[in-house]
Amino acid sequence: MRLAGAEPVSLWHGDRDLSGVDAAILPGGFSYGDYLRCGAIARFSPVMSELVPAARAGLPVLGICNGFQILCEAHLLPGALTRNAGLRFVTRDVRLRVENAQTAWTRAYRAGQQIVVPLKSGEGAYAAAPDTLADLEASGQVVIRYASGNPNGSAASIAGVCNAEGNVVGLMPHPEHAVDGLTGPSADGLGFFASVLAGVLA
Amino acid sequence: MSSPDTVARAADTPDQPQPFAELGLTEAEYATITRTLGRRPTAAELALYSVMWSEHCSYKSSKVYLKQFADKAPPSSALLAGIGHNAGVVDVGQGYAVTFKIESHNHPSYVEPHQGAATGVGGIVRDILAMGARPVAVMDALRFGSAAASDTARVLPGVVSGISFYGNCLGLPNIGGECDFDPCYAGNPLVNALCVGVMRHDELQVAEGRGPGNQVILFGSTTGPDGVGGASVLASAAFGAVDGESAKRPSVQVGDPFTEKLLVECCLELYAAGLVVGIQDLGAAGVACATTELAAAGTGGMRVRLDAVPLRDASLGPPEILMSESQERMMAVVEPDRVAEFLGVCAKWDVRAAVIGEVTDTGRLVMTWHGETVVDIPPSSAAEGPVYRRPAERGADQDALAADDPAALPRPADGAGLRADLLALIGSPGLADKSWVTDQYDRYVRGDTVLAMPEDGGLVRLDEATGLGIALATDGNGRYCRLDPYLGTQLALSEAYRNVAVTGARPLAVTNCLNFGSPEDPAVMWQFAEAVRGLADGCAALGVPVTGGNVSFYNQTGTTPIHPTPVIGVLGVHDDVRQRLGIGFGREPGPGAARAPGSTAAAGIVLLGRTRAEFGGSAWAHVRHGHLGGRPPEPDLDAERRLAGLLAAAAEAGVLSAAHDLSDGGLAVALAESCLRGQTGCVVTVPGDPFTSLFSESAGRAIVAVRPGAEAAFDRLRAAHDVPGVRLGTVGGDSLVFAGLFTIGLDELAAVHTRTLPALFG
Repeated sequence: MRLAGAEPVSLWHGDRDLSGVDAAILPGGFSYGDYLRCGAIARFSPVMSELVPAARAGLPVLGICNGFQILCEAHLLPGALTRNAGLRFVTRDVRLRVENAQTAWTRAYRAGQQIVVPLKSGEGAYAAAPDTLADLEASGQVVIRYASGNPNGSAASIAGVCNAEGNVVGLMPHPEHAVDGLTGPSADGLGFFASVLAGVLA
Repeated sequence: MSSPDTVARAADTPDQPQPFAELGLTEAEYATITRTLGRRPTAAELALYSVMWSEHCSYKSSKVYLKQFADKAPPSSALLAGIGHNAGVVDVGQGYAVTFKIESHNHPSYVEPHQGAATGVGGIVRDILAMGARPVAVMDALRFGSAAASDTARVLPGVVSGISFYGNCLGLPNIGGECDFDPCYAGNPLVNALCVGVMRHDELQVAEGRGPGNQVILFGSTTGPDGVGGASVLASAAFGAVDGESAKRPSVQVGDPFTEKLLVECCLELYAAGLVVGIQDLGAAGVACATTELAAAGTGGMRVRLDAVPLRDASLGPPEILMSESQERMMAVVEPDRVAEFLGVCAKWDVRAAVIGEVTDTGRLVMTWHGETVVDIPPSSAAEGPVYRRPAERGADQDALAADDPAALPRPADGAGLRADLLALIGSPGLADKSWVTDQYDRYVRGDTVLAMPEDGGLVRLDEATGLGIALATDGNGRYCRLDPYLGTQLALSEAYRNVAVTGARPLAVTNCLNFGSPEDPAVMWQFAEAVRGLADGCAALGVPVTGGNVSFYNQTGTTPIHPTPVIGVLGVHDDVRQRLGIGFGREPGPGAARAPGSTAAAGIVLLGRTRAEFGGSAWAHVRHGHLGGRPPEPDLDAERRLAGLLAAAAEAGVLSAAHDLSDGGLAVALAESCLRGQTGCVVTVPGDPFTSLFSESAGRAIVAVRPGAEAAFDRLRAAHDVPGVRLGTVGGDSLVFAGLFTIGLDELAAVHTRTLPALFG
């Protein structure tokens, strides 16, 4: 967010307080060690009692990796993330296609644009009921798709989805690891952060 | 629970037999304990001495040799803390200090590969944390039995998943290491974990229990029976435990990386608030080791209430509590009026903490169990331990090995034969693509990884504004060391030093993990003595001090030891990581596989260093002939130093677009790796005898790609650093072309390189 020009503020899981932020990111990590279903405990964190209503009221929220899993567990996003096909953790630079460039977090991209961003997860296979998948496709809620191969067995190669309003987005790959060519494969991921900043400032 | 074996009872029952032999103590060692105490030890004291005087904790067979690292240490202004601390600390400039160390977890990883390897990562991370540093990266040097052996299919996937499970959850990038195979490691895999941490100079912490009245706090996980191998011996002997109550427990430690993550953040907040007088991590020998070492290094005395230790198994008694190797625990010494604040920080991070004792000036380590004294010893007697100079004698087979010269092996006669040999080498398990392993590790987390495997060295940015960074590499070569442990160890040091240098960093300091067979075998002891002497001499010649290390003995099955395998880690400093060099031709360097294309103009390829016909212990002899004999290549430490100076200067000047060290498999393998990494071919003409040019493993060499237009500037630098070089050809195309000899398309090269590990491990 800092590289995109915004001021990052850390929120503590135990506080029922969003500190007046204009947008929230649930980053990756291993909340409670992922010893249970990923995100299943973190969704009950006190801060979530503030975040969920704020998200339903339109606050831009991005969940990355474990953050995506938490958003699914909190029912802010449809579907679930399951063990990778192959059952091993996968770190790989993946090519993604931006399917929906109208969400709060993808406006800086063009629909159909391809970007390269690292994926690194053990439970990244997106799954949902067949009719949910059909609804997501029909309503444009599939935001990001794996564009060269399916690295983890995700349904319909889905890498990221959004809610019906487009303010809540979750994805398994890590755009924050693609913000410059020095520490990542590209600067392609900056668009997520530039998108939300432009929206907040508009 | 029946009453414990108290000091009073020990004094009253001097003749009660003690299971010292079952706990690994010799009769002479037991006699020393009895003499020190003036009575027989209690069960708890016996437990404490047995773990403190184990080879693992006391270095009793290696100490007499390891002192050379200090005695021969080159003058270095970079060293802030050296050997004897949990890990050495190096000044890397701009107010930053770096601490790094490598440690073995070999035996647990054979018994239970996943948890053994996982807890190996956890243990070394706590070592770094105890110095006051934030851990920022890990690496793993792994060695397994024959790749095709069925047991390797059990051990390797378990070890890799354990490292992945623990390191990824902890949020530490895994930036490099090694993965090699040799039948000598069947039954004795080597799992060596390295961690590096960063702090400001004034944040250095000490492992000292100073200040009478200061409180001793145990925090982190609760204490359970994990890792208590010897305590079941105590339980089954006449020492109080009811039959079967505490016996027959699994002795494997189980890792909890989430608790470790909380412990890391908790400790860093405690340090920042100035709440810690002294701190020690709990590893092997758990509470016994932490209390003993803190007391011995501090004011000298400590009172400990063992019944105050939070337990996860209420049936544990004093000996088991002392020996437990439960993971994710730390011990701190805290001023009495800061205890409440300390416990408040622990509560914030959901870390359990308990005051279990206090520092005294009595010179005695006294432990009670529900009011009764069960330990009363001078702590230095346990901390210092015995010292042995075991018999060491050059093995009877060394002469025959040396005489078995690889010059007699049949060599490829033509281009087609050379081509087949290169493909065999890059597809062999030791040299094949390791993505199957490394894709299971998170190399990106923390966002500061600049280079990671399969680059020669890992490179991490420390300061975003200035570009200051650190480079790390580990290397070992059991085949070279088997032929000549002195030279082989210097070759491992040279390679790690060179691998740091090719990133453009300046090598600064050395850590080591010395993996050997039984010290009770004079031939092994000779290997060890030679290896240590080689490393100490090598470090002196290169001007890089040893800051710490670890010894792992007893890596053998029956009477057959592993190849002597010192694994050497070298740390370097990079003044500006934006000037880093990667191994790939034709692409910008980066941490991942996908990277921006480089300049389209063809860079010139230059081979640096001197090539001689050196095939003893080579990958070619190993892969093509299963041969191990002759002399290893001759190290040239002065040449290594000049080469490193040239590479640092060239990186800073921006005249190179790639640099790659030459090691296993020689020039041919290095060129193939640079082509594959950059997805760009090259056309080269090799000088002299093609076979020697392609596959010799002479030390002190590297290939570089010189940016178009910068040839003259590079030649001037090369002359100034007195490094010989020969221009081989240019980068470009989609094939690896050895003019007049053979051509391999990149697609074929990649297919052969990448298919080996997936075919073996799924």
